[in-house]
Amino acid sequence: MNDGFNFALAVALIPLLPLGGALLNGLIGRRLGAKGSGALATLAILGSFLSAVAIFLQFQQLPEEARRLSFTYATWIHSGGLSVDWSLLLDPLSLMYSLFISGVATLIHLYSIGYMGQDPSFARYFAYLNLFCFSMLTLVLGGNYLVMFLGWEGVGLCSYLLIGFWFTDPAKASAGKKAFVVNRIGDFGFLLGLFLLFTHLGSLDYLALEQGLAGFPVGHWLPTAAALLLFLGAMGKSAQIPLYVWLPDAMAGPTPVSALIHAATMVTAGLYMIARSHVLFSLAPAALLTVAVVGAATALFAATIGLVQNDIKKVLAYSTVSQLGYMFLAMGVGAYGVGLFHVLTHAFFKALLFLGAGAVIHAMHHVYHHVHDHQRDPQDMRNMGGLKAKLPITYWTFWVGTVAIAGFPPFSGFFSKDEILWQAFHTGHWPLWLMGLAAAGLTSFYMFRLLFLTFHGRYRGPEAEAKHFHENPWVMTLPLVVLAVLSAVAGFWGLPHYLDFAHLGNRFQEFLAPVFHRGSDLALRHAAVSHGSAALEALLALVSVAVAALGLLEARRLYLGKPGLAEARAKAHPVLHRRLMNKWFVDELYESLVVKPVAGICEFCYKQVDGLVVEGMVNGTGRLCGWAGSGLRHLQTGRLAHYLTAMALGLALLLVLVFTR
Amino acid sequence: MTNHLLPLVTFFPLLAMLVLALVPAGRTAWVKGTALFLALAEFAFSLPLWLNFDRATGGAYQFVVQAEWMPRLGIGFHMGVDGISLLLVLLTTFLLPIIVLAAFSLEKSLKSYLMLFFLMTTGMVGVFASLDLILFYVFWELVLIPMYFLIGIWGGQRRIYAAVKFFLYTMAGSVLMLLAILYLHWNTLVPEVGRTFDLPLLLEHFRPAAGTQLWLFGAFALAFAIKVPMFPVHTWLPDAHVEAPTGGSVILAGVLLKMGTYGFLRFALPLFPAATQVLLPLLVGLAVTGVVFGALVSIVQKDMKKLVAYSSVSHLGFVMLGLFSLNVTGMSGAVLQMINHGISTGALFLAVGVIYERRHTRMIADFGGLAAGMPRYALVLVFFVLSSVGLPGLNGFVGEFMILLGSFPSQPVPTAIATTGVVLAAVYLLWMVQRVLFGPLANPKNQGLADLGIREMLVFAPLAVLAVWIGVQPQPFLDCINPAVEATLDLMRNR
Amino acid sequence: MPGPSHYLLLSVLLFGLGLTGVLVRRNALVVLMCIEMMLGASNLLLVAFGQQAGLPGGQAFAFFSMTVAAAEVAVGLAVVVLLYRWSGGTDIGEVRLFAGPREERP
Repeated sequence: MNDGFNFALAVALIPLLPLGGALLNGLIGRRLGAKGSGALATLAILGSFLSAVAIFLQFQQLPEEARRLSFTYATWIHSGGLSVDWSLLLDPLSLMYSLFISGVATLIHLYSIGYMGQDPSFARYFAYLNLFCFSMLTLVLGGNYLVMFLGWEGVGLCSYLLIGFWFTDPAKASAGKKAFVVNRIGDFGFLLGLFLLFTHLGSLDYLALEQGLAGFPVGHWLPTAAALLLFLGAMGKSAQIPLYVWLPDAMAGPTPVSALIHAATMVTAGLYMIARSHVLFSLAPAALLTVAVVGAATALFAATIGLVQNDIKKVLAYSTVSQLGYMFLAMGVGAYGVGLFHVLTHAFFKALLFLGAGAVIHAMHHVYHHVHDHQRDPQDMRNMGGLKAKLPITYWTFWVGTVAIAGFPPFSGFFSKDEILWQAFHTGHWPLWLMGLAAAGLTSFYMFRLLFLTFHGRYRGPEAEAKHFHENPWVMTLPLVVLAVLSAVAGFWGLPHYLDFAHLGNRFQEFLAPVFHRGSDLALRHAAVSHGSAALEALLALVSVAVAALGLLEARRLYLGKPGLAEARAKAHPVLHRRLMNKWFVDELYESLVVKPVAGICEFCYKQVDGLVVEGMVNGTGRLCGWAGSGLRHLQTGRLAHYLTAMALGLALLLVLVFTR
Repeated sequence: MTNHLLPLVTFFPLLAMLVLALVPAGRTAWVKGTALFLALAEFAFSLPLWLNFDRATGGAYQFVVQAEWMPRLGIGFHMGVDGISLLLVLLTTFLLPIIVLAAFSLEKSLKSYLMLFFLMTTGMVGVFASLDLILFYVFWELVLIPMYFLIGIWGGQRRIYAAVKFFLYTMAGSVLMLLAILYLHWNTLVPEVGRTFDLPLLLEHFRPAAGTQLWLFGAFALAFAIKVPMFPVHTWLPDAHVEAPTGGSVILAGVLLKMGTYGFLRFALPLFPAATQVLLPLLVGLAVTGVVFGALVSIVQKDMKKLVAYSSVSHLGFVMLGLFSLNVTGMSGAVLQMINHGISTGALFLAVGVIYERRHTRMIADFGGLAAGMPRYALVLVFFVLSSVGLPGLNGFVGEFMILLGSFPSQPVPTAIATTGVVLAAVYLLWMVQRVLFGPLANPKNQGLADLGIREMLVFAPLAVLAVWIGVQPQPFLDCINPAVEATLDLMRNR
Repeated sequence: MPGPSHYLLLSVLLFGLGLTGVLVRRNALVVLMCIEMMLGASNLLLVAFGQQAGLPGGQAFAFFSMTVAAAEVAVGLAVVVLLYRWSGGTDIGEVRLFAGPREERP
């Protein structure tokens, strides 16, 4: 139908190429050497990206109604009422995700060639990274919830493998396990949601479920329950309260992993799932409200922790949790497309920030290696400073990322974040809007704090070390530049009305429109209505920029001005500072509320229930037999007279019984 | 020819045992070669069963053999396989060469060890293929004796206690079952045949009162519940597994436990459907308790083998839940999971055996950081752990998902509780992996341990291939199982 | 005239005495004598009831019984002789069936 463009093959190639790369690297990667192995992996994912681009170009030629293609490649499970196949679904949503996943991943693979080039386990790294891409792409391209779940668990697995990549360090291995287990808690909810949907609607296929849900009234218990359960899964995967605790620990993995998995891709899986299930969620206003509240709360909560962290990656980790909260806030108020826009822009600038941080850490490592220092932490910002001149490309790209995330126009973060805040306000969720606004201010503060501490001022280490700094190789700086450009201009794909002077339209939302017009995307409905409130929108945008500016100025005052101001501030509020430094003691809370009681129950089950009660009965039965035996043994005296007496008595008894019948 | 295939597959191992007895024990190379050859031959003989099985009529018994044995007592030599028993027979013959190959590193009395396995194979195949109750009982009891010796002679420190416990516990249940079998026999009159022990005939003509059905079901259920093992009659299993030699654990987990679940599916459920319905809440409750309890206790285990043993209790709780879902998806999932568990847990026991051979300890605390020195071993262990945890794409997920999905409609709350098992499995298995494989290679005794050799890789390879195959393309297996399960459900509905 | 009931009473008395003796007495020869007494008592009863019923079978059976008693006494005395050799006395209280090795015997 499209002059022979084989969509089925092209779509299948997207996840399969990195799978092939993973297998090849697993088998012969070591023989290829670090550069060869990395090149193989990068080419595989580049192939995915090119295939996605080719599909995109062909897609544009299709009329809007036809932009939903489903391909079934093989059967998977057919048994009883369950009928699930290996199928992929191509529509604007999955295509958009495929594009930015494979694109950003290609850049990160390239970067990794430089970053991990010296690591002896490079083949394993690239195999895992490719395997991750396979899983993530399967997740977004799957045609039914079960294929999605395969990708879902697959990314969880790869996250586990990559966080614990340097497994000889027990803390790192433990962090990987924590991620997997917390994710699994979310998966518990996901599975129950699937069971509920399947039981009442008879299918796990997206298209079939959308049709099945068509007859349901809004607010019915079934979509509400299913949506809440699915959201539990999303909370685990996308690190929202209360299942976010694995993400900061996940920073134990190599930084490119943090960039790819814990910024751009895996953590956005929960958002993809909600977007894909928007028909379901739109029938469950209670669930949507829950999503929005959790999102806003997480955005604010995580931002507060990011204010005082000293590890550069931890700041970015909490920042990611916070930004994810924004995305869920958008979903929760019904603005699915807007949330997805922030997913995209965040992918660009967060990956950029992480890669930049990685470049800094890489450089710090290099310097410490030179002076044979293995004590100081290359990730601690208190050891940094003044790197602006030493790492210029890194600095300028990082600057772009910082401005973008803080939400200053004309960079992308402004457009996406602001749209979210506007939607929250516009749909009547003022408290949530306020929380988002506060978080925006905090975000700006801590991000500029990070920038100033790392790059500005003077280098806080010994003077002699400073001369060892040099900029990183092109494989690492090129991705930074590309991402910086994207972070800068991507906003123009999603122009809001009041800025749309050239009437370009909101390209992003238009692309996604066919996906959401089946549901009740409030954003589009409001977009149709909201012409008159363009002024209000512009006003609110100014407010959020102002708040961001306040954050910037405060950061400048504390970290670029007179020295000692930050410490004084910390000393002035010791209790609060301690709580923030210790992440509000949430991990400790979980430890005492969940981990210790469960461990106690386990011991109880093993020692008391199994050991005493059950085994007691079993061994007790054995002992009873033994006791009865030794008791009865005494009847066998060996004395003739006793045996004769017994016989006589027995005979007498028999006679009595016979004659009294 | 096909008519004689089942007796061949059943009795060839007996013959093989006798052949092996003739090989001089001193010539270990000959013993190993002969045993491996015979085991592979047995597997080869069972392949035509798979290839010639008619999946369209998978619910009916195929390769049926019916001969006179003790006609005056009503006992006949009646054998046949449907989709379910076919897969279990194949699992048995598939595991045999693997166990033989894995046993090559045994230090004492290799010949007797292998002979006992062949004897057990006859028993196990016979159990799955029998369609006459007494024949079934004979094979059921036959399996106990070699297992007793295997634990008692080649076992660990408390082997006598474990062997005797295993034997007596299992036998106690079986005796009660024999009583029930006899009752069935005496209370069924088949026109033109009289009294019989033949299963299909009994299914057709046995019509008990409701109260009788209850105790009869209870008798059968007790015997099978002990074998599965279900909570609370499960405590023989950890001891048996810990003390048994590696091959013994593999066959115990791989096949013997399935005899219990198979017994429920083939006998207890179809013969007594009304009693099943009445006792369903109790049975489901015990199954779910098994899942959660087994998992919780696994978490605090210090001995690797005991951990895997309790994980078996948990996994088989899932299987029982699937069986009691009484719908096709759930029950088919349960049968598939029987096969999957045999593969995954069998492999895990083999993996524990590998490091036990090298270090003569199974205590997790004695290990740590092994991945650095034994990367191939680490890959194998992590792979099978993931299979056990139910990672989609591998075999464990397909069965688990089908079971949970199948039992959710009729038992939503118990199913939800059982789903927590998914989280708990990740906890205990990954924690074990972390303590054994990851971290620094601190203990000097762990440094310089040899990684997996070719023979050991060959032991794991077929299991890994099956794990992936069933995970990605389970349909060939499900095509055998579905009709058989549907036939069983039909049987239950019509009685 | 003594009737069947008298014979019955006598027989029972003799049998009871004999039984008591078997159970209580410790001397092997006395036990044998008491067994003879029991046999005599049953012979008496056989003859008495045979006479009362007019059947010769009672007396005939009594003859059989006496023959068997004779054989049994022969065997029994042989056992007593062995007992004497084994334990140096005729006290059956000293005999422990299923006893352990020789050293354990008193």
